[in-house]
Amino acid sequence: MSKKILFISRRSPYGLSYARDALDALLAASVYDQDIGILFMDDGVFQLLKQQDSSNIAQKNLAAILPALELYEIKKIYVQRESLEARRLGASDLVLDDLHIIDNEEVRQLLAQQDQLLSF
Amino acid sequence: MIFSLAVYAAPSVQASDSAYRFATALLAQGYTLYRVFFYIDGVHHGNEFITPPQDEINLSTRWQQLAQTHDVDLVICIASALRRGILDETEAERYEKSGYNLAPGFTIGGLGQLLDAAVTSDRLITFGS
Repeated sequence: MSKKILFISRRSPYGLSYARDALDALLAASVYDQDIGILFMDDGVFQLLKQQDSSNIAQKNLAAILPALELYEIKKIYVQRESLEARRLGASDLVLDDLHIIDNEEVRQLLAQQDQLLSF
Repeated sequence: MIFSLAVYAAPSVQASDSAYRFATALLAQGYTLYRVFFYIDGVHHGNEFITPPQDEINLSTRWQQLAQTHDVDLVICIASALRRGILDETEAERYEKSGYNLAPGFTIGGLGQLLDAAVTSDRLITFGS
């Protein structure tokens, strides 16, 4: 029986490698036939920005990697509404279209449904 | 109850010590520790060349002793390890490096083993996120 596993990504896209490391782990996990999802919250929502240019800091552009989630058939992509609002961001700022923007109460319910949480 | 730990913190970070203490505590309670997966800066635990002063604790040695006593799987993530210069003999040959430094008792593995730990264990606890 497959387990419900949620990745939680809370860090800004650059500066530390956590954002990349979370995505690497998520993409690796996606091939194991489990019920996988990812939740972006806090500064993690900055990872989803359309307008990213990391060329001056010698890092790969995260916005170029994120569309791979679709190729890997990761459909459960959640973004915490309050984290977006606190940063004056909206759905139109984000690089992925197929997102579920959920509020705090829905986040609480989502976490409660999971078998495992992997926090980054 | 089966536990696994994911350790992202380098040995110099408090969370690393917390992970070890949590591991010993759960084993003392009679629970099973299936795997400790070292990811991101946590892979530094597998560096045999880390040489702290003699009056300080060597965290790699502590984990090795725990793994020997309780048959715990200590896995170092290969992607994080290669980036940080932690190689076993096979990887050193593959990348034509002059030496290798993976501490005995640790194995190098892929991210699939983190997922396997999540699936196999009742609880997966992360240290250093």
